Amino acid sequence: MQHKIQSLTQDSNHTSPSRAERFHPKLLTLQAHANQPRSVEGAGQDVGRSCILVSIGGKNIMLDCGMHMGYNDDRRFPDFSYITQNGRLTDFLDCVIISHFHLDHCGALPYMSEMVGYDGPIYMTHPTKAICPILLEDFRKITVDKKGETNFFTSQMIKDCMKKVIPLNLHQTVQVDDELEIKAYYAGHVLGAAMVHIKVGSESVVYTGDYNMTPDRHLGAAWIDKCRPDILISESTYATTIRDSKRCRERDFLKKVHETIERGGKVLIPVFALGRAQELCILLETFWERMNLKAPIYFSTGLTEKANHYYKLFITWTNQKIRKTFVQRNMFEFKHIKAFDRSYADNPGPMVVFATPGMLHAGQSLQIFKKWAGNEKNMVIMPGYCVQGTIGHKILNGQRKLEMEGRATLDVKLQVEYMSFSAHADAKGIMQLIRMAEPRNMVLVHGEAVKMEFLKGKIEQEFSIDCYMPANGETITVTTNPSVPVDISLNLLKREMALGGPLPDPKKPRTMHGTLIMKENSLKLVSSEQALKELGLNEHQLRFTCRVQLQDPHSDPDTLHRIYTHLKSVLKGYTIQHLPDGTVMVESIVIKVSSSAEDTNTKVLLLSWSYQDEDLGSFLSTLLKKGLPSGLC
Amino acid sequence: MAAHLKKRVYEEFSKVVQIPHEEAPAKKLRLSKPSKSAALHIDLCKATNSTDALQYLLQFARKPVEAESVEGVVRILLEHYYKETDNSVRLKIASLLGLLSKTQGFSPDCIVDDAINTLSNEKSHQVLAQLLDTLLVIGTQLPESPAVRQRLIEMACKHLSDTYFGVRIKCLQLLGCLGMVDSPLNKDSRGTGNIDRLRDVQSIISDYFGDQDPRVRTAAIKAMLQLHERGMKIHQIIYDQACRLLSDDYEQVRSAAVQMVWVLSQLYPESIVPIPSSNEEIRLVDDAFGKISHMVSDGSWMVRVQAAKTLGSMLQVSPHFLEQTLDKKLMSDLRRKRTAHERAKELFTSGEFSSGRKWADDAPKEKLDTNTVNLIASGACGAFVHGLEDEMFEVRIAAVEALCKLARSSPSFAEKCLDFLVDMFNDEIEEVRLQSIHVLREISMHITLREDQLDTVLAVLEDSSRDIREALHELLCYTNVSTKECIQLALLELLKNLNKYPTDRNSVWKCLKFVGSRHPTLVLPLVSELLSTHPYFDTPEPDMDDPAYIAVLVLVFNAAKSCPTMPALFSDHTFRHYAYLRDSLSHLVPPLRLPGRKQVYGLDSVDSGSGSGSVESAQLFLQQSLNRVSTIQNLEAPGAQDLLDFTIRDLQRLGELQTELAGAADFCATYLRCQLLLMKVGSVCFICRDLKLQIYGFKVKIVVFYLCLVSSGSAGEAILEETYKLEFLYSGLENRHVATIHHVRLQAKALQLVLSARTRQGSAHTPHTHTHLYTHSISLLFLTELPHLQDSFVDKLLELMPRLSSCKPVELVKILQTTLRQSGLLQLKLPEQIHRATATIIEPTGESDNPLRFTSGLVVALDIDATLEHVQDPQNSVKVQVLYPDGQSHVIHPKPGDFRKPGPDRHRLITQVYLSHTAWTGQDGARASTASRHLRPPSREPFRFSKPVKVYIMPKPARR
Repeated sequence: MQHKIQSLTQDSNHTSPSRAERFHPKLLTLQAHANQPRSVEGAGQDVGRSCILVSIGGKNIMLDCGMHMGYNDDRRFPDFSYITQNGRLTDFLDCVIISHFHLDHCGALPYMSEMVGYDGPIYMTHPTKAICPILLEDFRKITVDKKGETNFFTSQMIKDCMKKVIPLNLHQTVQVDDELEIKAYYAGHVLGAAMVHIKVGSESVVYTGDYNMTPDRHLGAAWIDKCRPDILISESTYATTIRDSKRCRERDFLKKVHETIERGGKVLIPVFALGRAQELCILLETFWERMNLKAPIYFSTGLTEKANHYYKLFITWTNQKIRKTFVQRNMFEFKHIKAFDRSYADNPGPMVVFATPGMLHAGQSLQIFKKWAGNEKNMVIMPGYCVQGTIGHKILNGQRKLEMEGRATLDVKLQVEYMSFSAHADAKGIMQLIRMAEPRNMVLVHGEAVKMEFLKGKIEQEFSIDCYMPANGETITVTTNPSVPVDISLNLLKREMALGGPLPDPKKPRTMHGTLIMKENSLKLVSSEQALKELGLNEHQLRFTCRVQLQDPHSDPDTLHRIYTHLKSVLKGYTIQHLPDGTVMVESIVIKVSSSAEDTNTKVLLLSWSYQDEDLGSFLSTLLKKGLPSGLC
Repeated sequence: MAAHLKKRVYEEFSKVVQIPHEEAPAKKLRLSKPSKSAALHIDLCKATNSTDALQYLLQFARKPVEAESVEGVVRILLEHYYKETDNSVRLKIASLLGLLSKTQGFSPDCIVDDAINTLSNEKSHQVLAQLLDTLLVIGTQLPESPAVRQRLIEMACKHLSDTYFGVRIKCLQLLGCLGMVDSPLNKDSRGTGNIDRLRDVQSIISDYFGDQDPRVRTAAIKAMLQLHERGMKIHQIIYDQACRLLSDDYEQVRSAAVQMVWVLSQLYPESIVPIPSSNEEIRLVDDAFGKISHMVSDGSWMVRVQAAKTLGSMLQVSPHFLEQTLDKKLMSDLRRKRTAHERAKELFTSGEFSSGRKWADDAPKEKLDTNTVNLIASGACGAFVHGLEDEMFEVRIAAVEALCKLARSSPSFAEKCLDFLVDMFNDEIEEVRLQSIHVLREISMHITLREDQLDTVLAVLEDSSRDIREALHELLCYTNVSTKECIQLALLELLKNLNKYPTDRNSVWKCLKFVGSRHPTLVLPLVSELLSTHPYFDTPEPDMDDPAYIAVLVLVFNAAKSCPTMPALFSDHTFRHYAYLRDSLSHLVPPLRLPGRKQVYGLDSVDSGSGSGSVESAQLFLQQSLNRVSTIQNLEAPGAQDLLDFTIRDLQRLGELQTELAGAADFCATYLRCQLLLMKVGSVCFICRDLKLQIYGFKVKIVVFYLCLVSSGSAGEAILEETYKLEFLYSGLENRHVATIHHVRLQAKALQLVLSARTRQGSAHTPHTHTHLYTHSISLLFLTELPHLQDSFVDKLLELMPRLSSCKPVELVKILQTTLRQSGLLQLKLPEQIHRATATIIEPTGESDNPLRFTSGLVVALDIDATLEHVQDPQNSVKVQVLYPDGQSHVIHPKPGDFRKPGPDRHRLITQVYLSHTAWTGQDGARASTASRHLRPPSREPFRFSKPVKVYIMPKPARR
């Protein structure tokens, strides 16, 4: 049995149709990921795309359906035509599973289901299903309404696509069809992020999506039981990083904000709308509550408000603290955080503002930044990685004079801080997950080759399992060793049990005799008699015979008697009979003696045993070949 | 003759036989088959089907059975058991057998045989398991009978191979609870052959470590742990097996295995184990430590909690391993990175303040060799880093506690874990924050805070939770800091705290008191700045009512106590303020020797000087006073009363002046007061014939001393009250003192008796019962205490005991009267460690004039905050009493959770009481209600031990 995993890139410099055609279309796995280097932590913001195809036990499953934020042309979506050549996607795919709502994991979903055409089931968790359309709609607005692109999915398409989605609960086993079942596990990372355990028969794959092994202010840590999958497909964004404890960073962040507020300054925190923003909100909210601070905190409106609404609803997906205290107060019902209005930026006195987008390249965050940059009391905290060329990147690198459009320059007097909060598992976290799940094979995706190489070495050394890191456009085939369940008849089992010790020892395999009947797709192990009866066959006796020459001066009956006494002394615990018709029976083995015609001293022993007694028979023949000990009477 | 003899023998024989034959069974029937078992029997026979029988049994199980009828009941149950075919009924009977054999006063050895018999015939696995459980109960009831045990163990071994997991579990439990601990017994029985199998219970149990059922595996480990608890030495061979079980699939197995590994590491800490895949060897305790550390990142949080807790108690681990638990080699892109902690330290040592401004400030430094990076840390690496970051707060708390235990025994580790603990101050769960603050306090003797660390610690002062702030104040009291900037920083933050939360006043002052006295040399360079004095100009005199100014003064004065050069820097008003504060806040401001200054207080000169000397001299004074009193032989001697009066006065004053001796002085004073009272009352009643009148006059006299005397109307009662106070309100009493108190009480009771006899001469029966009780109580009370009471009242009484117990009441009264008169003053040994239980209500302050308004008939909640000092077992003994203006009072029992323990001998009660009242029609509307605390001695009126506080309440009539 084999799994085949293939990734093929959609990046222009790698795409070559001829290469893709080399692979059998039915065993395709499609995975595309970022070409940008992920330098420091925090780079995990919506760049790159995930789309993996797994064939397992004859089922084809698409894991995530992400898009690339870096391209504005066809390259941003995976090329689905490679999967089926010309056939319909629905015929080929058994299901699509989306791990979480980030666009690099679900961005291409409406395109695939509505424009390419897919009517099969799409699985995602409840929060993902709720938040995903908001993000898609926002993304659509930006591309279509602002940039004026055509040939893009419409709002209606997003809605139609969402109708095809079947929500998953944590730890709920969902039967996709008779053989394929999936089960979701908690993954941390963002609200509703899940790892999926996919099982067909006895073969299984776990796909982690993005996950986080350290809990944060609003989410818990990823957890999976010891499901021992054949393959674990894990992200490896931080394959070569071991992170410092989160607490120092949190404390630093809070201290900086607090100091600025006490000075009477304003704090600007540019954020991406979802995920980290909520974490920082919770962090500041609880801090405000604890420290009894009065300065206002604002959150720029729009998509965040809607998302916050869902955060309030999905309390069960959050961490212990929020789950335990929501009865008194839902942590996402912020007391201190209010919606931002454009005019507030000019208000006197201290305040904290969360504004989008995160890299200060446009929009509200840039507007506020321009207003506040002149005052050294103020502060901007960059909570994530900034792409080169953005203002965020410039100020992080210490640039103090910025050129604005229209030749204006902007003096940056405010303090610039960098504070990274990443929600991906680091190298230790990945190892910890492997330890939890105990997979038999490991596949690393969603990371840089060099870094993955390091982790691969570590995994192989530490767990001695095979680890693969498919490059873009590569298919891997993993051979599994599936266990085949066989029905066994109770009588046979009991009989075999009675033979051995009183208790079956799971640590020691035991051999047993029986007949395997394969009939109409089912396997059955029964005793041979029953098999004969069932199949209407007659039993055939299979006997081995063997002649052993022996030098013995005694007469035949004497020799026989000598053999009898010899065997009696050697084989204790066996029934040995000296029958009156001139034979010795050891269990069912018959031994006869006859003198050879030429030499009466040479006796010929005839041994005959049935197939069932093969062991004993061959033992006896070798024993007798050695001759009889002389001391016998 | 012979015939005659024979006949006689026959006669006698027949007689002997017949009587027991007829009588004994009848008697036995009545004894062991009372109505209960009979009823059960009838019920069971009546039961037509198994459901009915089960119902009867269930009903029967609800009622207790007397010890003497247990055996009968058991017989009936067993009889029915053999007949019963239904499994569930047999199961119930089996469980009843176990229940019955637990009955007090019943020895189950008579049913062992039956139980074992039933076991051998039983087919159902469930019933079998239940029967084994019953045997377990029986076995634990009979710890003294090795033979029974032997048999039970044999049974357990026999059934160990059962296919049903429940049976195996019970067998293992049985082995664990009853397996032979003492080796001598083993040696004795070795000869009998059969015991050969029993030789090693441990190896039998350890065979089941590999059982297919996780429940059985758990039971096997638990049984082994049980053996350990019972004192059997677990063999070291098990270590490997236990380690393997750490990676079991089931959490309960792993959890138990963690315990097992821990036990072994404590038993064989120093033995050497090899490291697999290398030829090195390490100590077992280190190996176990590493393995358990590994479990801190287990998948199940129960196991994580268990592992984290366990780590705390592995104190023998080598420092090298210990320090690894805080190390989590950071890297980024395969390059080594320093932790934020390391960076902070470096910045500090380089003299630069943490900027944190540069992006890539934390840029990784040297390149790492990929081979040396260990991702799944072998051993202890980073265990606590993981534990402290865990998702579940239970794990975090366990980790914090473990850190505390380890740090207390290793100063270098304490130094290292400091940063991590400080980080925990920022946890999202208050409990964890609080716990880490407490832990830091406990290890504070090992550490000195750096400035940047202090800064993070102090940030918590703004926390809105009072508990957190006060815990932090407490922490600061014990903290050592390194520079004067630290002191300044701390003072600044504390003042900020004071400004934000004015209710913290007392706590902040107290904290500064300790900070000052702990760091006098660091405060010295700050004095002029703190007091804003100037060498040439007079600065305005600060407001004396400003809590912040008082805070500064408290810091300075306490530092000045051990820094004699400091007062030279004070300006005039500072001295005036000192005098004022010394008087008003004497517990915060120490006595100072002020050079070139007229002492404002004469008293200061008496007991100032070297601090400890004053205590010594006070102690001396106390001792001398007591000695003086002890010279009084006869209480009726002239001047004796006056001497007592004066001594009491002296002691009271002493207690006020010397806080260290307050408890002792107070105790002595009260004791002497009792004696004085005894004497006075005694002399009054002995001299005068007309008791009634005299008592009346006496009352008026006594009023000065005791208000309650007026109400209770009896002098004896008053003394009794005092003795109860002596006994229950003071902590740290020695046996001798308790004996003395009891003695006084006895005298008081005698006095009471005499008095009552005098007043009710007509009705003699009441004294009679009294006397009876009295003599009885004497003998009971003083048997153990006699050695302390040589030549005293009770001594004399005991001499007269034979007479006392038989004599008439009138006679007794006479005897008592004379002995009472003759008995001298029992000398009081100077109590060393006595403290009076006190309570202060911090909130409500009683200063507010704003009444609490509420609708009459409904309730209003009143927050109460009080500190209790030297109170033993406050959860049970302390109550809150509310007195309403109409004289009603009610007592409120605070919840046990309302008591916190901020320090030794100190408790904090923070609770809410609910007040309610109907409307009243008075003009002013507001009335007073009082809240106070009570300590309740058995069956007596409660003592108040705090000043009552007035709270105005105003119930508004409900609107119709």
